[in-house]
Amino acid sequence: MSLVSISGLHKHFGTNHVLKGIDLQVEQGDVIALIGRSGSGKSTLLRTINGLESIDEGELVVDGTALHHGEGDLRALRQKVGMVFQQFNLFPHLTAGQNVMLAPTVVKKLSKKETEDIAKEMLLKVGLSDKFHAFPDQLSGGQQQRVAIARALAMRPKVMLCDEITSALDPELVNEVLAVVQQLAAEGMTLIMVTHEMRFARDVGNKLIFMHHGRIHESGDPRIILADPQTPELANFTRAVM
Amino acid sequence: MAYQFDFAPVLAHTDLLLQGAAATLGLTAAGAVLGIALGVLGAICRAWRIQPFSAAFGVYVEAIRNTPFLVQLFFIFFGLPALGVKLSGWEASILAMVINLGAYSTEIIRAGIEATPHGQMEAAASLALNRAQTFVYVVLRPALARVWPALVSQVIIVMLGSAVCSQIAAEELTFAANFIQSRNFRAFETFFLATALYFAMALLVRQLLMRLGQRFIVGRPR
Ligand SMILES: Nc1ncnc2c1ncn2[C@@H]1O[C@H](COP(=O)(O)OP(=O)(O)O)[C@@H](O)[C@H]1O
Ligand SMILES: [Mg+2]
Repeated sequence: MSLVSISGLHKHFGTNHVLKGIDLQVEQGDVIALIGRSGSGKSTLLRTINGLESIDEGELVVDGTALHHGEGDLRALRQKVGMVFQQFNLFPHLTAGQNVMLAPTVVKKLSKKETEDIAKEMLLKVGLSDKFHAFPDQLSGGQQQRVAIARALAMRPKVMLCDEITSALDPELVNEVLAVVQQLAAEGMTLIMVTHEMRFARDVGNKLIFMHHGRIHESGDPRIILADPQTPELANFTRAVM
Repeated sequence: MAYQFDFAPVLAHTDLLLQGAAATLGLTAAGAVLGIALGVLGAICRAWRIQPFSAAFGVYVEAIRNTPFLVQLFFIFFGLPALGVKLSGWEASILAMVINLGAYSTEIIRAGIEATPHGQMEAAASLALNRAQTFVYVVLRPALARVWPALVSQVIIVMLGSAVCSQIAAEELTFAANFIQSRNFRAFETFFLATALYFAMALLVRQLLMRLGQRFIVGRPR
């Protein structure tokens, strides 16, 4: 069975029908780039996958943990799904190391020694082992986002969700974050990322999903569908952003 | 004939004044610790609308903010015995200060909690923290840091307000001053010194609390 399996997923905000029947299978090791216009429902889809948004209709299963029509164990789901946000959302009163240690300590109830080891390992992975004791406001945007990635990895998620994680960064800081994501992909991490970095989507992703008006409008191998869009909407979109 | 200032009859009672000042500081410390703890509890119930506690704290806050402290104190000391609750002057004073500061700090801390950026809550949720864990580990400290100066000011207000506890025979600084001037009739000199002591204590307590806040709540000593 697929690592992430979504079928017939609907989501409304009041009268706004935002997701209109999403079907998606994500296999272990997939690197999926989610693209589409602003307002097409990309963030909402990501946020349903770790239970930040409830589901009105349909089914979502992540590594055996299921939500049917919004019912299910949200916290079990969230332990399997890591999320990185556009605005980093680091906890400002905690050091980089403490940010990474928090969830393993209070959610998994691991010992201080274990969580410290995890934090060191994850900060090393994102190239910030020398910033263990730095506070978020002492770090650049790119460094903060790498700490946020380390923080999500510390829960050893099965899949990582990234929502425009380079959009708030100065251009010269984008690559250091993308390099970390690329390395995660190379290590076999399953990734679903909303991105406007089309070259990155094409070079690192093995699957591209184009969302339009709350539906998956077109999907496939990024090298193929970006070069040869099958729908006028994707053709228009790629022309606008590439 | 001009008034002859003479501080000696007051200084003869320096020990009483200092004991009174120490008692005021003690009342303030107890009132501040328990009052702020009550305020944290009230603030979380109000900010996150945890019913029925949110409604109960709402009524409590309004009741306290719209009545005089002296009346609250008299109610506790003279009123409660009718219900069989008889408190000493000290107990009634501390209780009144806790209840008073608890109400004001509920509102102050609530503002700090409500200023929490939404992204902080989302990050905590995405890491599988539950609501209680999110409050304790993510929300509380930055919320207190945001409103700490306002909270410190409120503690000072309550400390100065504790002067009225002399009315129920709590032997704090004002009680001591009153006692001394009734003996030596040196009202000017006595209250001048008492005023100076209050002033010094207010400066001291503000400095101390701001430092403690910087160290333990903001988390980075400057
Ligand atoms: N919390 C919310 N409440 C109400 N409407 C929302 C909320 N979040 C998103 N929406 C709406 O859902 C639609 C899809 O938004 P979103 O998923 O953020 O799109 P994208 O990430 O593709 O730009 C938009 O019309 C947006 O206004
Ligand atoms: Mg979005």
